Amino acid sequence: MDVYTMTNGCELTIRLRGELDHHAAQETVTAIERALDAALPRRLTLDFGGVTFMDSSGIAVALRSQRRMTALGGGMVLTNVPPQAKKVFDAAGIACGARKT
Amino acid sequence: MKIKPNNYIALEFLSRSANEGFARAAVAAFASQLDPTLDELGDVKTAVSEAVTNAIVHAYPDALGKISLRVGIYDGNVLEIVVRDWGCGITDIDKAREPLYTTGGEERSGMGFTIMESFMDSLTVRSKPERGTVVTMKRRIAQRSGRK
Ligand SMILES: Nc1ncnc2c1ncn2[C@@H]1O[C@H](COP(=O)(O)OP(=O)(O)OP(=O)(O)O)[C@@H](O)[C@H]1O
Ligand SMILES: [Mg+2]
Repeated sequence: MDVYTMTNGCELTIRLRGELDHHAAQETVTAIERALDAALPRRLTLDFGGVTFMDSSGIAVALRSQRRMTALGGGMVLTNVPPQAKKVFDAAGIACGARKT
Repeated sequence: MKIKPNNYIALEFLSRSANEGFARAAVAAFASQLDPTLDELGDVKTAVSEAVTNAIVHAYPDALGKISLRVGIYDGNVLEIVVRDWGCGITDIDKAREPLYTTGGEERSGMGFTIMESFMDSLTVRSKPERGTVVTMKRRIAQRSGRK
């Protein structure tokens, strides 16, 4: 899993690329938390545009990031979520922005 | 009576997380002979990933163990996937299948069985504490006109 970060004022965008499964989850969480600690943003955008596969391990990654943002007094949005990952989020009742085509 | 599959594969692997992607890819490659849509393939891969990850994470929490994966094709374009482990087993299967139920802490969401159930046509779970778990899932792949 590749994790790219981009800060713009108090907004942090994290782009994920690759397969987000249990095998990739721990390093992804570590990279996200490190980026959050460094930037202390008010708003986090998790960009799923490059996620080629996701299972329930990805739900836990998103929820942990969300909790971290709430603790920072900010908010989080999920964007560019591809259809396969969107279906997984839907099954868990998590709202997310679908990929713009 | 046991119905014989028209085709099958059987794999065995160690409960290392690196094998999650391998298991998904193997099932997808085998299932491709049924000419599934991208959506159907995505559903099957997701369900396989959930079952295999459960065996890796929950069945053998502090050790490496054996996982078997069997994929069969039956009459009517039905794909059957069986994931078996010889790990700790599940005491209360009904409870384990409930949405949000997890023994995995904040690294897990408790949605694995719910996803398998909603992405596949059927899901059965057999388990015995200290003996292991067998997860069987079926999904009919739609036959599309104009293709054989
Ligand atoms: N193969 C298995 N061996 C032992 N226990 C299992 C096995 N599969 C599932 N379980 C038990 O059932 C519970 C529910 O499984 P489920 O896949 O629904 O959620 P999870 O794995 O905890 O979280 P998620 O799948 O969302 O990451 C697990 O927390 C675990 O206690
Ligand atoms: Mg699970």
